[in-house]
Amino acid sequence: MRRLIPAALLCVLLSATARGDEPIRLDIVDYAIPKSLTGAPGNAEAGKKVFLTRTLGNCLACHQVSALKSEEFHGEFGPSLDGVATRYNTAQLRLIVADPKRIFTDTVMPAFYKNDGLNRVRPEFVGKSVLTAAQVEDVVAFLETLK
Amino acid sequence: MSIRYGSLAGLATAALVLSAVATSGEELERKGIPAPPGHVFQTIISGYQFRTKETRALQDDDLENPGFLAVERAADVWKTVDGGEGKSCMSCHGEAEKTMKGVGAAMPKWSEKLNKPVNLEQQINICRTEHMKAEPWAFKSKELTDMTTFVRFQSRGLPVAVKADGPMSPWFEKGKEIYYTRVGQLDLACASCHEKNNGKFMRADFLSQGQTNGFPTYRLRDQRLIPLHERFEGCMFDVRGVPYKPLSDEFLALELYVAWRGIGLPVETPSVRN
Ligand code: HEC
Ligand code: HEC
Repeated sequence: MRRLIPAALLCVLLSATARGDEPIRLDIVDYAIPKSLTGAPGNAEAGKKVFLTRTLGNCLACHQVSALKSEEFHGEFGPSLDGVATRYNTAQLRLIVADPKRIFTDTVMPAFYKNDGLNRVRPEFVGKSVLTAAQVEDVVAFLETLK
Repeated sequence: MSIRYGSLAGLATAALVLSAVATSGEELERKGIPAPPGHVFQTIISGYQFRTKETRALQDDDLENPGFLAVERAADVWKTVDGGEGKSCMSCHGEAEKTMKGVGAAMPKWSEKLNKPVNLEQQINICRTEHMKAEPWAFKSKELTDMTTFVRFQSRGLPVAVKADGPMSPWFEKGKEIYYTRVGQLDLACASCHEKNNGKFMRADFLSQGQTNGFPTYRLRDQRLIPLHERFEGCMFDVRGVPYKPLSDEFLALELYVAWRGIGLPVETPSVRN
């Protein structure tokens, strides 16, 4: 019995690392994340796909983008993202996508790079962020094209 | 050729713009009822008002409304003897048209005996097990949803009139807490969509106030009647959250609270939604 408990604990710890769910810590400076989350620049074309895909960014659920007019159904929860790269720099856009509540407190926009501090998350998503670091960088690169 | 394509694309864009204009035009006409003082909304609006003309027309025509098949099926079951006591619903309650009028509009209701609120599905199963000595019907079964629809239909047109005070107060507060609590990986609360953003599109979905006056509601996409707690489950699941269980204390508290948010709306069961 005395040995069972630590073994069970170890199991939990191991499975936590195996799933890669250490809490994500963002390097925030002045309401922005200056450093790339992957250390490399993102790819705008790939970012556009992430932006549109319903199981990934699904950003059109809430935003309108004139450059994506050929897509049906642009949502209305959030503002149009036309010219968004003229309103924010790359570092700011990175934080807005990663964890928008750090800037817009109480916003309905989900955090796309956050994996803890959430409530009643479905088991298959526990410890995971909506997007990977690379996908966030790609989306940011796509947002950079909206000038 | 390219010119024809060009003008076709132009037409399609024009149509999109037009339909967008038409929607905001309809928005202005969206009819509701004034909310009582201290309520969260100024105007309480049924989900009916947020649906297309075609969907509304289906609901408005009792012969076309697919929900009526359930009403007809359950009208027969109402008179059918079942269980060890040799009774039907009718043995105790007589003509549903008279005795069930207003019952569905006031649910969930406080039960002195159980010392908690019960909703319509639960009350139907209490009658089956205690008074008829029959098996309870499973949640989401055709039988339970049909009977819930039939009983609620007897209140059609009457105002939603739940009591949220007295012993219901803690349940009301619990429901309110759930309504405003963000859940799931997408971190959204009921209020994020139905209070902050009703009247707006979330991609193809046009958000209503999330009112409950039409339940059980015939959903065209599913081609069947959906009981209220299944809708709650769906909304929580979609934000990647773990829903509470149907008929759990949590969903009962939420049912009470959301019914209060629609207080005074006419019961529309069986309503039709997309
Ligand atoms: C559920 C709704 C929702 C989703 C999904 C969503 N957003 Fe947002 N977004 C908002 C709202 C609302 C705001 C406005 C901020 C506020 O709440 O004050 C916003 C603001 C923004 C802004 C700042 C715009 C400005 O001009 O100030 C950017 C950039 C942005 N979102 C990008 C994205 C990207 C990229 C995605 C997908 C990866 C996304 N959003 C997904 C709702 C959403
Ligand atoms: C991410 C957005 C979202 C969230 C969060 C959400 N819902 Fe919904 N809900 C919808 C959509 C979309 C519909 C279908 C369109 C409509 O009627 O608004 C809907 C429909 C409903 C309906 C049916 C309304 C009718 O007239 O048929 C009810 C009731 C409802 N929601 C209650 C809730 C409750 C309670 C919660 C919280 C547990 C909740 N919703 C959370 C998006 C959401």
